[in-house]
Amino acid sequence: MGSIANAFSSSIGKKLIMGLTGLFLISFLLVHCFLNCFVFFDKTGVLFNEGAHFMATNWIIRAMEVVLMLGLLLHIVQGIRLTLENQAARPVKYAYNDGNANSKWYSRSMGLLGTLLLMFLVVHLSDFWIVSRFTGIEHFNGGTPVDASGHEDLYAVMLAKFSHPWRVILYVLAMISLAYHLLHGFASTFQTMGWNHKKYTPIIKTMGVLFSILIPLIFALMPIAIYFGLGL
Amino acid sequence: MSTGNMNLTLKVWRQKSTKDKGQMVDYKVSEISPDMSFLEMFDVLNEDLITKGDDPIVFDHDCREGICGMCSMFINGRPHGPKDAVTTCQLHMRSFKDGDTIVVEPWRAKAFPVIKDLTVDRSAFDRVIAAGGFISVNTGNAQDANALPIPKAQADAAFEAAACIGCGACVATCKNASAMLFVSAKISQLALLPQGQPERYKRVQNMVAQMDAEGFGNCTNTGACEAECPKGISLENIARMNRDFYAAKFISEEEG
Repeated sequence: MGSIANAFSSSIGKKLIMGLTGLFLISFLLVHCFLNCFVFFDKTGVLFNEGAHFMATNWIIRAMEVVLMLGLLLHIVQGIRLTLENQAARPVKYAYNDGNANSKWYSRSMGLLGTLLLMFLVVHLSDFWIVSRFTGIEHFNGGTPVDASGHEDLYAVMLAKFSHPWRVILYVLAMISLAYHLLHGFASTFQTMGWNHKKYTPIIKTMGVLFSILIPLIFALMPIAIYFGLGL
Repeated sequence: MSTGNMNLTLKVWRQKSTKDKGQMVDYKVSEISPDMSFLEMFDVLNEDLITKGDDPIVFDHDCREGICGMCSMFINGRPHGPKDAVTTCQLHMRSFKDGDTIVVEPWRAKAFPVIKDLTVDRSAFDRVIAAGGFISVNTGNAQDANALPIPKAQADAAFEAAACIGCGACVATCKNASAMLFVSAKISQLALLPQGQPERYKRVQNMVAQMDAEGFGNCTNTGACEAECPKGISLENIARMNRDFYAAKFISEEEG
């Protein structure tokens, strides 16, 4: 067992934690994105609220919410730790370093992109999660917390929140940060896990690019669609 | 070949000793032949400095044919300069233009302290090798070359990993000063061959532990090392090292 504990304190083990938590957060993004797509298909919001109701009442989902928070926390703590260690590994900086000659700017800026995403998460969680769990949604919905079919009316909160153009812009910018974070993170996770293979790596890289563009794009379209009243 | 001699401005890192703070100093060099190597240009500059009674610039070099791994200059923001797959000694002045300003710095990493000027102490690499980058065999008569069949692809991959000359360009260019490309090449060249199997899982644990102890940073897969490596060592080696490390730590019962 000593060997296993000591594996996670080594440089490779720390990378593995970063990669596995990252992959877990990627799986969450997929679920979150698909469920939220209900906003495009029902302007009354009943469909979306039903989805949100399922997520809020299903015990597997609720249990996973705790795991998700822990995974996110681990990803953040480990990211800060790695960044500090990596900065300490070069105490004297170069006078001139041409990073763009050999690597992509976003692969060198994961800490910065991650910090932007964390700042967005604070706004995003206080916009919806805190409202739904703690402060209540009545005043977003004319005094009643439920919609026509009796489910908690989170859709009304969405309509109210995304009526402010600054918030729509903020969400779109955050999704651009997410896209670049994923553009490095997705394929990088597999390399860290040791999955570098002549047959599979090109597939993983293509999937990574598609995922990094499509998921943030769909997310970004949600506030835009609501602000402009688009959708079915 | 020659397109006329060049006049250049050099900004070179000067540092008297490990403890000295160091600074960039400007030098003018003139009448530099485009057919000179980068190190020969430094020889000309040093001759000039010695004639003037100044302290010549200290830099590492040995074979000057791209195989020993001694030369180590960070030129215009890149290890071994602007050309791909060459070491500093094989970089020629024709890669620059008359009137250029060239910035020259030593490798920068906590694990590679500057000894003087452009020379850094790379003995951290030696200690990583000493931790397991070898095979333990009793010497005797060389056995027949065909006694151990090795598939061609496997032998080629081991040979490609073994091309690493240990110059440290990977550490120098990595934003985290990580040594993973070097260490993974030294692990792979043995892990890919039958002779490396008996100590395979002990080796990866000990070499990674020594790499961490030396104060190198953690890999974040930017790929800069692979792009700058004068010998084209591939990131596949890092993935192989990771796999061997997981197998050693999580599956094998052997401790490092």
